[in-house]
Amino acid sequence: MPKSFLIDTSRCTACRGCQMACKDWHNLPAIETKQTGTHQNPPDLNPCNYKIVRFREHKTEDGGVIWNFFPDQCRHCMAPICKDVADKVVPGAIIHDEKTGAVLFTEKCKELSPEDAQAVIEACPYNIPRREESSGMLSKCDMCIDRVTEGLLPMCVKSCPTGTMLFGERSEILAEAKRRLEKLKKTFPKAYLADPRDVNVIYLLAEEKEFYYEYASFM
Amino acid sequence: MTNHWIDIKNANCVLIMGSNCAEHHPVSMKWVLRAKDNGAKLIHVDPKFSRTSARCDVHVPLRSGSDIAFLGGMINYILENKLYQEEYVKNYTNASVVVGADYAFNDGIFSGYNAETRTYDKKAWARSKDKDGMLVTDPEWKNPRCVINLLKQHYSRYTLKNVCDVTGVPEKTILEVYNDFCATGKPDKAGTIMYALGWTQHTNGVQIIRTSAIIQLLLGNIGVAGGGINALRGEPNVQGSTDHAILYDSLPGYLPMLRAQWQTLDEYLKGCTPSKEMPNSVNWKSHNPEYMVSLLKGWFGDSATAENDFGYSWLPKLEPRGNTSYYSVIDRAYKDQMRGGFVFGVNPCQSFPNTHKVRASLDHLDWMVCGEVHNSETSDNWHRPGVDPTKIKTEVFLLPSAHRIEKEGTISNSGRWLQWFDKAVEPAGQARDFGHMLVPLMNKIRELYKNEKGVLPEPVLNIVWPKDFVAEEWTKRINGQFWKDVTIDGKTYHRGQQVPKFANLAKDGSTSSLNWIYCGSYTEEGGNKSKYRDKSQTPAQAKLGLYPKWSWCWPVNRRVLYNRASVDANGKPWNPNLPVIEWDGSKWKDGYDVIDGGGAPIGVKEKGRLPFIMCADGLGHLFGPGREDGPFPEHYEPVETPLKSHPFSKQLSSPVYLTFHSDLDKLAAPGDPKYPIVLTTYSMTEHWCGGGETRNTPNLLEAEPQLYVEMSEELAAIKGIKNGDGVIVESIRGKVEAIAMVTVRIRPFTIMGKTVHLIGMPFAFGWLTPNCGDSTNRLTTGVYDPNTTIQEDKACMVDVYKAAKLTEIA
Repeated sequence: MPKSFLIDTSRCTACRGCQMACKDWHNLPAIETKQTGTHQNPPDLNPCNYKIVRFREHKTEDGGVIWNFFPDQCRHCMAPICKDVADKVVPGAIIHDEKTGAVLFTEKCKELSPEDAQAVIEACPYNIPRREESSGMLSKCDMCIDRVTEGLLPMCVKSCPTGTMLFGERSEILAEAKRRLEKLKKTFPKAYLADPRDVNVIYLLAEEKEFYYEYASFM
Repeated sequence: MTNHWIDIKNANCVLIMGSNCAEHHPVSMKWVLRAKDNGAKLIHVDPKFSRTSARCDVHVPLRSGSDIAFLGGMINYILENKLYQEEYVKNYTNASVVVGADYAFNDGIFSGYNAETRTYDKKAWARSKDKDGMLVTDPEWKNPRCVINLLKQHYSRYTLKNVCDVTGVPEKTILEVYNDFCATGKPDKAGTIMYALGWTQHTNGVQIIRTSAIIQLLLGNIGVAGGGINALRGEPNVQGSTDHAILYDSLPGYLPMLRAQWQTLDEYLKGCTPSKEMPNSVNWKSHNPEYMVSLLKGWFGDSATAENDFGYSWLPKLEPRGNTSYYSVIDRAYKDQMRGGFVFGVNPCQSFPNTHKVRASLDHLDWMVCGEVHNSETSDNWHRPGVDPTKIKTEVFLLPSAHRIEKEGTISNSGRWLQWFDKAVEPAGQARDFGHMLVPLMNKIRELYKNEKGVLPEPVLNIVWPKDFVAEEWTKRINGQFWKDVTIDGKTYHRGQQVPKFANLAKDGSTSSLNWIYCGSYTEEGGNKSKYRDKSQTPAQAKLGLYPKWSWCWPVNRRVLYNRASVDANGKPWNPNLPVIEWDGSKWKDGYDVIDGGGAPIGVKEKGRLPFIMCADGLGHLFGPGREDGPFPEHYEPVETPLKSHPFSKQLSSPVYLTFHSDLDKLAAPGDPKYPIVLTTYSMTEHWCGGGETRNTPNLLEAEPQLYVEMSEELAAIKGIKNGDGVIVESIRGKVEAIAMVTVRIRPFTIMGKTVHLIGMPFAFGWLTPNCGDSTNRLTTGVYDPNTTIQEDKACMVDVYKAAKLTEIA
């Protein structure tokens, strides 16, 4: 059975420790950003940011405010469509590690033509892969496969102070996800788990996905 | 903190007010959310809906600067509805104490006021005493002059309507918060209060915290698990640096500062050693002579003798009301009353209020030394935008400083835990930690004094000073050592050995301690306890989340201060499910927290002692006659306010706030139509304080790259501002450019029937980082709390409008 993450957005404080830790561990350089009227920066995933926290706010009917945080990353799908698409043109560009369930982009991704790479990106139900123009490399979260194979936690999970993120055996993570869902439903009746049968990065969301991010869940 | 971080999980209700802890103390949320998991209600009272509010059950937006109105209303609500924990209040607070005939309060002003000096004579607030110097009390609360009745009278004006009018919080929401928090007045329930600079940075900041203390005493929430008043310290070692007297008005361990009216040690000790005010009070401060002599001995060693007052006369004395705070230093520099100075660990040209004055004042210096990890707006002030560097006379020396991870030593966290940190890496280049700067510097000064005979050489030449800096040597000296052989309980300690605990400190010169509250942290028997990392605990401690062998905590490893108040008169815990301590009928049981002070529970005849051991009367102070601005907290408007009057009294702003006078100390008049918008300032997770360190961390700058101003959709519509537009924020002191962040998280307030808009800005962005914006503090006011001289950064008045073009942000 593969490994899974639980990302319980009801506990997230958007401290962005995960976003920083991910960048640090992967030695990704800082990019130049601008303030454009939001705390969400960088504005989107990019070859230098495999993980970003998305911010979205709205008013409630009773005049209150809800501010949702969505630490976005690759879902490490059980049946990764990106791999299916890549396999058609460059087998081995995207691999699926059986032991951990990690979906990994290899150096062979550079052999994908810009059009084929675009097809991989568009195939992703969660809008995750990004292409680095100069090298042609595709990038995204790699589950900190170097850490996980050594028995360490992914860096984002390790850095989380609030218990938003958990990582472990899929069966255990699923059980914990269901337990937390039942509890959250008492205050947020519309709470749900995002595509738990299809992905290994399972989000617990308190309300509909449009209040988080269009690609927060597929179903 | 009276309690500690883990203990927050024990609360039944968490009131976060004056703090945005999710953003500024992110790890605190681990324990706040644990409390929520256990069923606690989380309440965030703050002008802005922040990342903290996002995780709380209730967010209450209140107008910045109206905290005492909100909390004073809660006091009134508790008293009117008898929600206080009566036994606790009667036994452990000064509710029954009778106040003297001179105390009065008339329309916003307490008795004893001198309008010319803008100060109070606190003698007017004296409590009645009998012929033996003991306080007069009325346990039946029938005397109209007893504290509880004066309290009722004082806060009777804090009606729901008045609170609503001034804070802008709807009555329904006010009631919801009052109900939830006051439910912790039940003996077996606890509520905690978490605060930070959102409370301190006001001209009445100390009184806001006093208001919270009154509430917590009335509800019986001090001393218990999950209770307390918990100051979230803003830097890993703010607690430690305060303990070690970084502030000008105290000596290490909170001993009073040396003042000109105390020319001899005897006068000092008489002046600051209180006498007992209740027959059964512990009056711990009666030990001040032992602590003070041990401090002098720690400084001057063998040169300090009983004959020479232990070197007391060599030390400088502050004028009776003398003020040498940061801001008086800046004012003196501006007025050419000083020639140079050292700036360590702070970036005044970025972080101090009314920054235009700060920046201009440093131009008056002949020389300045900055110790910094990076160049800062202060070290580089001489070539700031708009000045000609050739016209600046200041010679600046920049000492490259080691980063925190490049040095070893202790830091004290908010929960008073003394924790040792190892050096992770060697300092880069020529960087040094402060010890390796200051020890050789002092040795050079000593050499010059020896060779060239300076004025008053004694303190310089007699100080116990090492050749080289070794961090752990100071940890030992802070604990304290014997200066001659002493036998305690049959065990002989030799000269040079460590003092086991502060009860063994003496006033005869036989012991030293550089900080009495840390005595016991480094002993012969236990070694360096800041290095303890043992997680073992008793079952009772496990339930509390108390780890007595993990680090060491001042005082005497007591994790919950005033824990004697967590039990009733017979020593039974108010909350039997979460006892902090317990009396078994003849002694305190083992396996809990360290008992606060000696003696038995107050119900035990003759041996019973009151719990608030640091007060001469042993009682929690509902009536607190020691502050500069009144014995009861009172609502005053910020010095810059949208209001011309308020319903609580005729006194608009604090009658005793501090300020300085110069051409650059400008203030807008109350209700000035040119500056109709309230500005509050704050920080954020991604940048730390003025941003000097974090703006030099590229990944953090990537996440929060430029100065912004958060404003409501309503205000943006009025001003024709769209999200992401460049705007100018202007106060009477200057203009600042920012990017508009238009958000539902800030909403207009209705204050006394009129709409008042509030905007908020971080202060982390400065000109030295290209194109990110410059100091927000160019807008803020140079007005200060009279007790602490902390600036009113949380409220001033501005206008905001769309910028034609931006020059500071690109």
